[in-house]
Amino acid sequence: MTLEERRSWTYLVVAVVAYGVYLVTVLGRAASAPLVDVDYVPAMLSTIGAAIVAGIVVNIVIGMFTPKDESTIDVRDRDIARVGDRVGQSFLVVGGVAALLLAIVEAPYFYIANVVYLCFVLSAVLGAVPKVVIYRRGF
Amino acid sequence: MVKATRVTNNIRALRLANGEMTQADLAERIGVTRQTVIAIEQGRYSPSLEVAFQIAHEFGASLDEVFQYGGKQS
Repeated sequence: MTLEERRSWTYLVVAVVAYGVYLVTVLGRAASAPLVDVDYVPAMLSTIGAAIVAGIVVNIVIGMFTPKDESTIDVRDRDIARVGDRVGQSFLVVGGVAALLLAIVEAPYFYIANVVYLCFVLSAVLGAVPKVVIYRRGF
Repeated sequence: MVKATRVTNNIRALRLANGEMTQADLAERIGVTRQTVIAIEQGRYSPSLEVAFQIAHEFGASLDEVFQYGGKQS
């Protein structure tokens, strides 16, 4: 497994775990209060921060333990990255448009922040999934 | 299930005929990872034209001697 394939798996797992923790935290608090009144900001900022730190740390550790001949980023890695990034980045646009529409209709901040966060996660996950599939199956 | 490309090749046979060159040796010579050579050899990745020429050059062969195209699938 090349370094880039390991990195793709890292982004996928970290994004899913971090968002899962966020959802469990916020939905747990929503049991005793209306969803829009839940204090979601600390959970959102802490899970985003933890995901960034975890991604950096895991990538450093993976880089340390990846054999030198598998650490090269070659033309195949760049081709695969291009496909994944194209899919992932489209969800950033979707998130921006969704947030814009919610702001226009003056939706609560809760929904605006959460739709942007959800699209960040979808961007990371749906950008990483094609990469790991292509690394395994080829294209 | 592995998705094969329509480009087939004789890289394995050419490696064996050229002093039993390993996949790692070939990868190092053309500047890619061993996984990329494996993917090309197994038909899971169609190399760029430049990489294809580099591979052919390493074997002292023409492109046609290394790679074959299967044509359109119906």
